[in-house]
Amino acid sequence: MKLKLKVWRQQNNKDKGGFQTYDVVAEEHMSFLEMMDVLNESLIEKQETPVAFEHDCREGICGSCNMVINGRPHGPNSGTTTCQLHMRFFKDGDTIVVEPWRSRAFPVIKDLVVNRSSFDRIIQAGGYVSVNTGQAPDGNSIPIEKDIAGEAMDAATCIGCGACVAACPNGSAMLFTAAKVSHLALMPQGKVESSRRAKNMVATMDKEGFGMCSNIGACEADCPKEISIDNIARLNREYVGSVFGGA
Amino acid sequence: MKWLINFFTSSIGRKLIMSLTGLFLILFLVIHLLGNLQLLVDDGGVTFNAYAYMMTHNPLIKVVAYGNYFFILLHAFMGFLLWSKNKAAKGSKYAVRSDAKVSWASKNMALLGTLILAFIFIHMGDFWFKMKFTDQLAMVSIEGMDVQVKDLYTQVATTFSNPLLVVAYLIGLATLSFHLWHGFQSAFQTLGLNHPKYTPIIGGLGKAYAILVPLGFAIIPLYYFFVMK
Repeated sequence: MKLKLKVWRQQNNKDKGGFQTYDVVAEEHMSFLEMMDVLNESLIEKQETPVAFEHDCREGICGSCNMVINGRPHGPNSGTTTCQLHMRFFKDGDTIVVEPWRSRAFPVIKDLVVNRSSFDRIIQAGGYVSVNTGQAPDGNSIPIEKDIAGEAMDAATCIGCGACVAACPNGSAMLFTAAKVSHLALMPQGKVESSRRAKNMVATMDKEGFGMCSNIGACEADCPKEISIDNIARLNREYVGSVFGGA
Repeated sequence: MKWLINFFTSSIGRKLIMSLTGLFLILFLVIHLLGNLQLLVDDGGVTFNAYAYMMTHNPLIKVVAYGNYFFILLHAFMGFLLWSKNKAAKGSKYAVRSDAKVSWASKNMALLGTLILAFIFIHMGDFWFKMKFTDQLAMVSIEGMDVQVKDLYTQVATTFSNPLLVVAYLIGLATLSFHLWHGFQSAFQTLGLNHPKYTPIIGGLGKAYAILVPLGFAIIPLYYFFVMK
């Protein structure tokens, strides 16, 4: 299949950047990243600089293959990361526009690579989880209801890719922070510090320059792990509770 | 006290102000509609003028009214702050953006809110200002009342005989409907009131409210323009 790619090229953070158009011949069974590899091979052959993009596991769990494809973070399929998006979902002769995540808290490093270390600082602000050391506890000594365990697991599937921020017209990181706060707050092990955790993570999120959530729901729609905005409501509760209920 | 200031300048604190003032204004709209539906009583304005007199002279209602003006301004100011900060947080725009299933209203709350604020100024200039600060309204006597009251009823009838103002009101109410379409359920989500059983009910109620309340208001100018002329 013959494709026309419009790819965002940007030398560095200072550069203004702009689109470059490339013709690529790809196979339907390729993943989107493999198609990008084909493009880069041809650029290298022509002695041009290949397109910088992040990738690691290529199996949908690391959260680094971040690009906005035809206006959707991780492309047109819901619940799919870019590496799991296959070229059979495109048609021969299609023009595909590829852009980096856009948000002030995610500055572009080069081409499609953005700096997401603001997410790391939110995680760091969450602090520790109390675990009593000693002998391994009996597996069934802490009973957890199946529904609660399921909800915590759903929140824990967040891979921290930042598609929520990329999708949000406000550049808000509420879905990410909410998922991280939720998956610990729901479990008895994480409940111990949950109040302090919510307060500190929200404070860091604000400090990093993310926008404010206005419940649009674009994050939920574009999240490759389909994390629900119910978690945002939980974060709101946790935060208000930690400010007015905590010390 | 520092913790309280920190809270109200945090992202979630600011959103909470939007939510609580929004819910107050949602409550106000129902009361306002119920009062105004007395304009449809066909008694030459006796019921409505007596009601308008009560609303402008009862001390408790006066206090609530000033609270209401304050909440409108606070909601508008905080909305503007959210809009400008969020615009800065987003930074640059995408060349192509195809949104998934999100409502148009949810992405345009600031625009809708600005239009509603403009409408409120026109609306209060038409009635509230003329009633409270001018002598343009005629005085009428009502049976059973010792004092003469201002004839707001005739002012309403005059206003809604003007087709331009009728159209302006209908546009204002349509804008309000879109704003409420997202705002009603959004207020509950911000408060953290989210539940697998009740969230769908709140969503349904919000959509019904967003359609029925502006429609109820719209009956009044339409009735005066087409039926009472």
